[in-house]
Amino acid sequence: MRHSLLLCFAATLAACAAPATIGERPEVTAGDLDRITAVLKHDFHERGQAKMDRIELDAVQRLCNLHADNPPEALAKPLEEAQLKAIPFPQGNLIGDWRRGERVAQSGRGSMWSDKPGVQDGGSCYNCHQLSPKEPAHGTLGPSLAGFGKLRGTSAEMQKYAYGRIYNSKAYNVCSQMPRLGHAGTLNEQQIKDLVGLLLDPASPVNQ
Amino acid sequence: MAAGPMRMRATQGTGFTDVRVLMTHPMETGQRKDADGKIVPLHFIQIVTVKLNGKVVVEAETSQAVSRNPVFSFRIKGGAKGDKIEVSWLDNKGESTSIESAVA
Amino acid sequence: MKFKLGLVFALAAAPALAQQSPYAEYQRMALENAPVELFELGGEELWKKPQGPKNASLERCDLGQGPGVLKGAYAGLPRHFADADRVMDLEARLLYCMTTLQGRSREEATKRVFGNADRPSEMEYLSAYIARQSNGMKIAPGRTHLKEQEAYELGRKLFFHRAGAWDFSCASCHGEEGKRIRMSDLPVLSNPQYARPLMATWPAYRVSTSSFVTLQWRMNDCYRQMRMPEPTFGSDTTIALIAYMMATAAGESYRGPAIKR
Repeated sequence: MRHSLLLCFAATLAACAAPATIGERPEVTAGDLDRITAVLKHDFHERGQAKMDRIELDAVQRLCNLHADNPPEALAKPLEEAQLKAIPFPQGNLIGDWRRGERVAQSGRGSMWSDKPGVQDGGSCYNCHQLSPKEPAHGTLGPSLAGFGKLRGTSAEMQKYAYGRIYNSKAYNVCSQMPRLGHAGTLNEQQIKDLVGLLLDPASPVNQ
Repeated sequence: MAAGPMRMRATQGTGFTDVRVLMTHPMETGQRKDADGKIVPLHFIQIVTVKLNGKVVVEAETSQAVSRNPVFSFRIKGGAKGDKIEVSWLDNKGESTSIESAVA
Repeated sequence: MKFKLGLVFALAAAPALAQQSPYAEYQRMALENAPVELFELGGEELWKKPQGPKNASLERCDLGQGPGVLKGAYAGLPRHFADADRVMDLEARLLYCMTTLQGRSREEATKRVFGNADRPSEMEYLSAYIARQSNGMKIAPGRTHLKEQEAYELGRKLFFHRAGAWDFSCASCHGEEGKRIRMSDLPVLSNPQYARPLMATWPAYRVSTSSFVTLQWRMNDCYRQMRMPEPTFGSDTTIALIAYMMATAAGESYRGPAIKR
């Protein structure tokens, strides 16, 4: 099984004669995705809550892998709309408790095979974003969210946007690098509301 | 495991001997919590003694601020090939270990 | 007189170029008194220790330079091995020797491949010892055999492959210059400029966990944090990624085993 998979890659290699430029992202075909998925299925095993269904690519992952995270508008838009439609927006006020939100944002636990079931997951927000300007230990993979609410206000529309972004960032930008925290089941409704509070509440440290 | 409690290298220079000791010890600060949230008790090397041919040349008081598996390197005046260097430590639980090596 | 000065300047320039990281001085100082040596000594003992049903040591293990030859072995991995007809990194090859030379079962030999501060694993001790024997040599993984090229290509594709519960690829974190996760700088591993100093300093002693970490451990831990299932130790996926990164770092002078915070 493994032999034939590797031979397939050899064939692909023979097809493209020019050596790749170091650092350049390779061209990827649908066949490549199937072959890679097959290799991962062979080489990985489930552990804890990380089951093998995580290896299967969904439509978003397929599209982004095929187009190096830069798909044509015609293919991106329908997928974004479909993702948006699937977000279960709660009714009424979406601004939760920013104090709880800060704890969720600080926690890096959640959805890993090392995470104990029953322990509250977090959003790993500070891994990538600046949030409260008082917190220096933040990443720079995502844009700074300091002053988020101060700049945008607390309208129902803005609450919905913030909620939706956290639940499923791909509904707004199909190849966003941000995980789909609600869609993946990492965060529940209350946790996302609390994060919306952290972002929008005028009293939140984010908006000081 | 195979590493044992201590390893030592003593190499001779001109008029001095360089000694390097690798000590295996958890050096627990008494502030760390284990996976169940319980404090891991204080456990650290308190005194390091170095003898050259049986005579004490270094006596060091160390604390829990020193990290796990400490490395102790120092230079002794004198020392000739074949001289015996003995390094020993005593920890807060009363456990002690020593190692002896000849100057190379 | 002029010649001498020229030489001095050349020598002065080289280290300056190599030390662009702000942590270079810290690295240099930390390495002087690192517990890494403890692991190297433990590794030497394990290399020579008879084990398994065949009661044999690993001293006849061929790591790519000939049976028992350790000088330059780490810097030349991963590479294809004819006896297994497979591309292997150091740890996969050690496992192969444990099962063939020592007669140990894969299950027994991989029971605890990643250790911790209290109990390092065999792989960690051996990796430190063997990596030391490549210190100062150029990183040069196998690139000529067809399977070596396939492993590189697979690694390159895997590096950018988004999957898992959080849709991450390696490039999600290691794909853009100047980024960091929390306070950890993220090298762009597909770029030689960043791959070179990185691959030259693995495996390493990690001060924050008081443990010695290897590349197989790093692949495992990355996939865990990428919210993927667990890769099998020494699997094609892990070897392909290591092959890709070592090839991208080729030519760099190997400086390990190193120390990290």
